[in-house]
Amino acid sequence: MLDQLEATRGELMKLVDAAADLPALEAVRVAALGKKGRVTQLMQGLKDIAPEARRDAGQALNRLKDEIEAALAKRKDGLGEAALDARLKTETLDLTLPTRPGGLGRIHPISQTIEELVQIFGAMGFSVAEGPDIDDDFHNFTALNFGPDHPARQMHDTFYLPPRPDGMPVVLRTHTSTVQIRTMMKAKPPFRIIVPGRTFRSDSDATHSPMFHQVEGLVIDETTHMGHLKGCLIDFCRAFFQLDDLPVRFRPSYFPFTEPSVEVDIGCSRKGGELKLGAGGDWLEILGCGMVHPNVLKNCGVDPTRYQGFAFGMGIDRIAMLKYGIPDLRPFFDADLRWLRHYGFVPLDPPSLAGGLSR
Amino acid sequence: MKFTLSWLTRHLDTKAGVEEIGATLTRLGLEVEGIDNRAKGLEPFVVGFVIKAEPHPNADRLRVCLVDTGKDQVQVVCGAPNARTGMKGVFAATGTVIPRTGAELKAGAIRGQASNGMLCSAYEMGLSDDHEGIIDLPADAPVGQPFAKVMGLDDPVIDVAVTPNRADCLGIRGIARDLAAAGLGTLKPLDVTPAPGRFKSSVQWKIAPGAESGCPQVVGRTIRGLKNGPSPRWLQDWLTAIGLRPISALVDVTNFTTHDISRPLHVFDADKLAGDLTMRWAKDGESLAALNGKTYALDASMVVIADDRRVHGIGGVMGGEHSGVTAATASVFIESALFSPGMVAATGRRLNLLSDARYRFERGLDPTSPFWGVEVATRLILEMCGGEASELTVAGSEPSWRRAVSYRPTRSRTLGGIDIPVAEQEGILRRLGFETKGGGEAIQVSPPGWRGDIEGEADIVEEVVRVHGLDKVLPVSMPGAGAMAQPAVTPAQRRPMLAKRTLAVRGLIEAVTFSFMPSALVDLFGGTPGELKLVNPIAADLDAMRPSIVANLLAAAKRNLDRGLGDPALFEVGPQYRDATPTGQTLAATAIRVGRALPRHWQGPARDVDAFDAKADALAVLEALGAPVENLQVSADAPGWYHPGQSGALRLGPNVLAWFGAVHPKVLATLDLKGPAVAVEVFVERVPLPRSKGTGRPKLDLSPFQPVERDFAFVVDTGVSAEALVRAARSADKTLIADARIFDRYVGDKVGPGKASLALSVTLQPKEATLTDEAIEQVSARIVAAVQKATGATLRT
Repeated sequence: MLDQLEATRGELMKLVDAAADLPALEAVRVAALGKKGRVTQLMQGLKDIAPEARRDAGQALNRLKDEIEAALAKRKDGLGEAALDARLKTETLDLTLPTRPGGLGRIHPISQTIEELVQIFGAMGFSVAEGPDIDDDFHNFTALNFGPDHPARQMHDTFYLPPRPDGMPVVLRTHTSTVQIRTMMKAKPPFRIIVPGRTFRSDSDATHSPMFHQVEGLVIDETTHMGHLKGCLIDFCRAFFQLDDLPVRFRPSYFPFTEPSVEVDIGCSRKGGELKLGAGGDWLEILGCGMVHPNVLKNCGVDPTRYQGFAFGMGIDRIAMLKYGIPDLRPFFDADLRWLRHYGFVPLDPPSLAGGLSR
Repeated sequence: MKFTLSWLTRHLDTKAGVEEIGATLTRLGLEVEGIDNRAKGLEPFVVGFVIKAEPHPNADRLRVCLVDTGKDQVQVVCGAPNARTGMKGVFAATGTVIPRTGAELKAGAIRGQASNGMLCSAYEMGLSDDHEGIIDLPADAPVGQPFAKVMGLDDPVIDVAVTPNRADCLGIRGIARDLAAAGLGTLKPLDVTPAPGRFKSSVQWKIAPGAESGCPQVVGRTIRGLKNGPSPRWLQDWLTAIGLRPISALVDVTNFTTHDISRPLHVFDADKLAGDLTMRWAKDGESLAALNGKTYALDASMVVIADDRRVHGIGGVMGGEHSGVTAATASVFIESALFSPGMVAATGRRLNLLSDARYRFERGLDPTSPFWGVEVATRLILEMCGGEASELTVAGSEPSWRRAVSYRPTRSRTLGGIDIPVAEQEGILRRLGFETKGGGEAIQVSPPGWRGDIEGEADIVEEVVRVHGLDKVLPVSMPGAGAMAQPAVTPAQRRPMLAKRTLAVRGLIEAVTFSFMPSALVDLFGGTPGELKLVNPIAADLDAMRPSIVANLLAAAKRNLDRGLGDPALFEVGPQYRDATPTGQTLAATAIRVGRALPRHWQGPARDVDAFDAKADALAVLEALGAPVENLQVSADAPGWYHPGQSGALRLGPNVLAWFGAVHPKVLATLDLKGPAVAVEVFVERVPLPRSKGTGRPKLDLSPFQPVERDFAFVVDTGVSAEALVRAARSADKTLIADARIFDRYVGDKVGPGKASLALSVTLQPKEATLTDEAIEQVSARIVAAVQKATGATLRT
């Protein structure tokens, strides 16, 4: 019996080793361990063995069965690996081929810049206010202390729509200052708002577009003075242009709706015809501002003997051009895909003060 | 406003150099736009005397000149026709850089004759475009002296931008006064001593009744027995330096007072006037041949200066040709008037006529100026032209202008942000010509006549702070409400940016296009009321406010296609306009895709855009904005610029949140755009905002039991919408059915004409126990029954 076992082991092991692929190995398994397999038959033969020998034979047979099963499993792994290797060899791809089409679009520089403005002024306690693009003479001029003969009211600057039935001239707002008026007439002080939005002037050349964007700022309370005006705008300029030592200069100027009125320049250099922001001995005007004129407060029903504050306005397109080195204004509105791809921003990188305004 | 340094020192006693003056002007609010140092680069050029000029032996057009340079005698070959013996010209020695060309002069020979320098033309000097011959200097020019100094070019020209409130600085004296107030010297007194009247003026001033509102006052006098020649050299040099052409002494005097003391004047040739002069409203139909050679039609809104026969001038704007002075003028009558700024501005606008006089009158003159203006002019005319002056003739009266502003000196600190001692504040104000009175908490400040812009306390703060120095105000950062910034935007204001970033992530590129569009195209996009058509458009194709952004994006797509940039996919989130009221503006997130959705690719065929690309864009934006996208209904009622069979509205009941679909072929044809093109318009503001204020989310209920998926195929009439079928299926068991969606659609022989097979996958999600086969069968039967009942569908076998 034991001799017979040894012979069977030898033969089966040879068969296992000889199986060339998984179906052949399966045939070996059936021939060894199947219902009519040789090991199975030997097991069945146990009942004919003398009881005193049966125990030893049984143990030996079980060992044989375990060994065969282990050998089969090992061989199966080996054959599987070889088969997989063979299959993988047929599945090689040229991964230098292009991917399926699709990709990210771009965010326009104006949208990105407006978000930057909101981040910076938001940190200074400002909130965003809005108003209509189409407004009237009262909100655009009269309430802002423009005299009836002010040159800005004339046709060559302002776009007009047909007047209202009551004769009130209707204009495309020439500045976002209209929203100062709307905000102050609607609510009670204190105010601390910025107003980014579309503005319109009948002007078109390399540096002017009939439509452009402005951001207005308004601070009204009982104590804000010109020191705050300077501090707020210096803080803004340095944060926005990401230049901690950017020189900022304040010059007296004139606007009908502020008194005193101020224009703000930032430092730059123009050496070699190239504009570079920073300390460079030259100046570049970027915004107008001033303390809100008492007449404007009065026109909005705010008591000028109690409340005061400042307002400012600047061109969003212009500061975006300066910050991002965009040379010409007109392509902003031309929707040229090449321009938009080049100057646009990836969509999932919104500016934030904590995460950085721009890379 | 231009002036020269030496002209400034006529009014300002100062030792400051031009750089310091420039910096101070800008600090004062008189922004320097440029300082033109005309002598720069001209240093090597000297006055040369041509001892002799003889014909060149080898060239007909050249002359050989011997030039005395003051240092030595030099031979120069010159091609100018006006080079001649005995003239004085501008000599440049060899080694000099010629300003116009930047080239260095070299010694050499021209056709065999030595030439060691050059006699220069104004063109070569960069002084004018005139290259007709060399500069011919006056006979008294000192030989060897620098040419620039001899010609008065060493007097730098300063150009400042004068803001509209500073009418006083449209005269150089006003600028000098500001500089003196800032401590840059002292203001010299202006001599306005009245000239004694030797006779009664033959012409008298009158103001017609009712015309006082246009001309409150006019002063004048006759000067007779004068001789009008060229004005003196100093005056010609100054006028030339600021860009004015010297004409004659009488004309130059009026130009001088205009720029020197901001006092426009007019002088009439008294011999050409018929009787007295009257300020009156023009009569409709009258006209004037003005001094600029043009004729202007006048109307009753304009004040004119007229005698018994004709109109001689347009008040505050321009005089007439008929009575203009000439070389033969022997007697003049002076007009020194006040005109209403509004009248002058309106007149100038209506006539489209700009003049130095108008510019000053419409900004407001010193109400006391008619009297001192006429005296300054009289003094100059008598000096330059001789003659004798009459007594003054005056009509009208000085408008009331004296006022006092109550000013609290503490306002320099509480409004201006800087504490300035009261004495210094008063000193600044007095140097500017203001009077100050009183003490204590508020002082009384009276502005001078030339400061019509001063109204109240804030104006005084501006004067004090700008003269003291705006740069001395210390910046103070904005005091915060707390350590944490509050949100700057409301939930509603966040949505435009969400829409933009969602569309950009989907591969679309953001454009910003004009709010305008061509009115010729608005009817294609639903039309626009007349109140949205611009009265004064900048171009014919930018003459209407856009009723939809789709038009502008399609136009942009066409521009890109024309440039060879294919498959444009653009979006814009911005305003569109229904009417001209403050609420007539809608915020739309609009996108277009043109051409192919998928370009040619090695893994599969190219695919054109279709309405489902637009629908996907719409749903993505709506989901980002928080709309309940699972509950939206599609209706086939998108507006006329969409393909009627391939477009729809996404709505919550009556509330249309978006339109989407293929663009109507007629629109594409009109825009000459090769399609296909699809568009989507999401109305951002119509998406409902979340009702709850808190930050909590509804509780998430996760079932531990396995969901079961069952597929059905229904044959329906092609008129039955997929949405109707899905809705019916869902209604069969609202608690058990978690999802139902169409995954296949078949039209063809196997289902017959007019029919479609829709394959539906339903997900059943048990919450209590695992579903038994029996339960699944029951709900399947209910689904089939519900679909059949609602749509007439049959189960496909």
